[in-house]
Amino acid sequence: MTEKKPRVGLFVTCLVDLFRPSVGFAAVKLIERAGCTVEVPEAQTCCGQPAYNSGARQHTKDIARAVIALFEPFDYVVAPSGSCGGMIKAHYPDLFADEPSWHARAEKLAAKTHELISFLVDVRGLAGVDARFDGAVTYHDSCSGLRELNVHGQPRKLLASVTGLALKELPGAHICCGFGGTFCIKYPEISTRMVSDKTADIAATGAGTVLAGDLGCLMNMAGRLSREGRPIKARHVAEVLAGMGDRPAIGEPSVPGSPPMRLHGGAVAPAKSR
Amino acid sequence: MPALTSENFRANSVKALGNAQLQRALDNIRRDFVDFKGRAVGELPEYDALKREAIALKNHTLENLDFYLDTFAKNVEASGGHIHWCQAAGEAREAIVAICKKRGAKTMAKGKSMVGEEIGLNAYLEAAGLTPIETDLGEYIIQMRGETPSHITAPAIHLTKEDVADTFAEHHNHARRPAEIPALIAEAREMLRPRYHEADIGLTGANFLIAETGSSMIITNEGNGDLSQILPRTHIVLASIDKIVPTIEDALTVARVLARTSSGQEFTVYNTFSTGARRPGDLDGPEEFHVVLLDNGRSALMGTKQQAMLRCIRCAACLNHCPVYKSVGGHAYGAVYTGPMGAVITPSLIGIDKAAPLPNASTFCGRCESVCPMGIPLPALMRDWREREYERAEAPAALRSGIGVWAYLAKRPALYARATWLGVKALRVIGGRRGRLASLPLGQGWTATRDFPAPEGATFRAQWRRTRGAA
Repeated sequence: MTEKKPRVGLFVTCLVDLFRPSVGFAAVKLIERAGCTVEVPEAQTCCGQPAYNSGARQHTKDIARAVIALFEPFDYVVAPSGSCGGMIKAHYPDLFADEPSWHARAEKLAAKTHELISFLVDVRGLAGVDARFDGAVTYHDSCSGLRELNVHGQPRKLLASVTGLALKELPGAHICCGFGGTFCIKYPEISTRMVSDKTADIAATGAGTVLAGDLGCLMNMAGRLSREGRPIKARHVAEVLAGMGDRPAIGEPSVPGSPPMRLHGGAVAPAKSR
Repeated sequence: MPALTSENFRANSVKALGNAQLQRALDNIRRDFVDFKGRAVGELPEYDALKREAIALKNHTLENLDFYLDTFAKNVEASGGHIHWCQAAGEAREAIVAICKKRGAKTMAKGKSMVGEEIGLNAYLEAAGLTPIETDLGEYIIQMRGETPSHITAPAIHLTKEDVADTFAEHHNHARRPAEIPALIAEAREMLRPRYHEADIGLTGANFLIAETGSSMIITNEGNGDLSQILPRTHIVLASIDKIVPTIEDALTVARVLARTSSGQEFTVYNTFSTGARRPGDLDGPEEFHVVLLDNGRSALMGTKQQAMLRCIRCAACLNHCPVYKSVGGHAYGAVYTGPMGAVITPSLIGIDKAAPLPNASTFCGRCESVCPMGIPLPALMRDWREREYERAEAPAALRSGIGVWAYLAKRPALYARATWLGVKALRVIGGRRGRLASLPLGQGWTATRDFPAPEGATFRAQWRRTRGAA
């Protein structure tokens, strides 16, 4: 008799769903390789974090209730993001501190929710992957994954098993890249300063690719790297671990060499790097 | 009161980012100014236990605040001191000036006091004809320059040694000397030393007020606080009610975490207790000892989420590790208290309507909370202010409607799927082949300095439906 495989509900996250479906497929591949079945509940939207961090608590609770109801039938909930995973795991219970029945459901969901890479290593005991990636990479520790979910050693452990890959540690890998959800729109100048410090650090490692576990940070770093004219690619760590590191990187043209498109006037000057 | 410009945080921050002199000074702290894991905490294996103990004793004290305040006051009086209870900043200013007038004072030697900044003491003293002399090196420098502290423990951190050499040349009336730190310190010491003897009043803050003995304790590295409180004939302690601890042992427990997290030291150089006035037979000490005890909105935080902020020991670890603070410096906050702790405490001092940008000036990266020795959940407390701002409809309209529209969709999966399908399609049409967009009509904040990666293809869920079918 074969043991029944755990059922994983994939929480795709809105950014992966909209901008980088490859990360979703990479996550599915990795979770299946770790001996689970994967389902993608159709009715999922977002974890509610943008509302939560904007102070819209009532909206957040409404969204959280829908997420809880949709995902509670699964053995595990896995998100390819420390930020969205952290929202469910670290913040949903707090959100319902004053509603005992929902609080209990939020606690139960939180207990079985995991960020993808820590799920693979800590829950499923994955020690390595069967993937190849030729070149030097550096790794940025996204804030929520690092500080809310203790994601630090797990991605490094799996990256060490990728054939051809050399990891060059990023000085200040634990410092925020300046994305911060709505922060990058509310305070774009400070956000730019922070991401410019980050891209300078990334460039100083000499690695050709920066990896991270959160698409928000990656889009921010990728967008700044390309504006600065730095030939450094950005990818979600899951893509590399799933052996999908040969696809166009984040923000990379499918036709190499095309300049970025503008929706309205003015020329794009390459930004000065700090 | 110093001009508070928290409302203009964004404009202030743009100015700060473009200020080459300030950015040079901030480069000195850009890399970890106190290496938290290494020097401060790594060498103390029992740090976590000590931190838990410090948090527990602060919580216990706050839960019994009335008892400990009362005990403290009785013991101050028993040791020949005087206590002045002050609800608001104005009462504290008046109490201090009244003591000065009664003593016929002209000058005041001041140890570093953030509560003094909070009540705008210097300007008030000057208006009353008194001369305050800041004796902390950083405070001494910024007093000459007419500036406010940009940092709670390192008030002149926004300056380089070259700036200080310029300031000294101008205010000490001599030719510009080389910007060498030991020489600058020696010069300040030489200028300040006689002032302690001349001062009629010595005023210090307090790191701790000790209930069991009625003592105040100050922690410094320069010794200026000691001279300020010992040499003049009258010593005034200006402190807020959250500085109370039950016993001397408790003060030392918290002082151990404070030194580690504040400056990376095992212990600060001077740790000085003051108890009462000089007794018959004492060789030194002030003739009069006053404690001006300020509430200024703190007791109103009791029983709310913000109560946790009353555990703050002003170590500045949150400032020292904040990437936002390190990008713009303290003055951009336009407030007395800066960085993450300032973003939390300022709305309770001046009102969320005037301070709304500050709790929003965080990416919620969580470093502040992770380094806080008192376990204060700073991001959660900033979020608490954002929630109050949102509830009172004070959040900017664009943000409210943006979040509102988005939340409306996020609660309606079928509509959300259609809207995102359409959005992805539009972005693909515009920038898909190039992989990124250099400009977006509603996303200038992003695209002014960053390209915006275009969606790869159809949404994940649409592709999943096609490839894996109805799961």
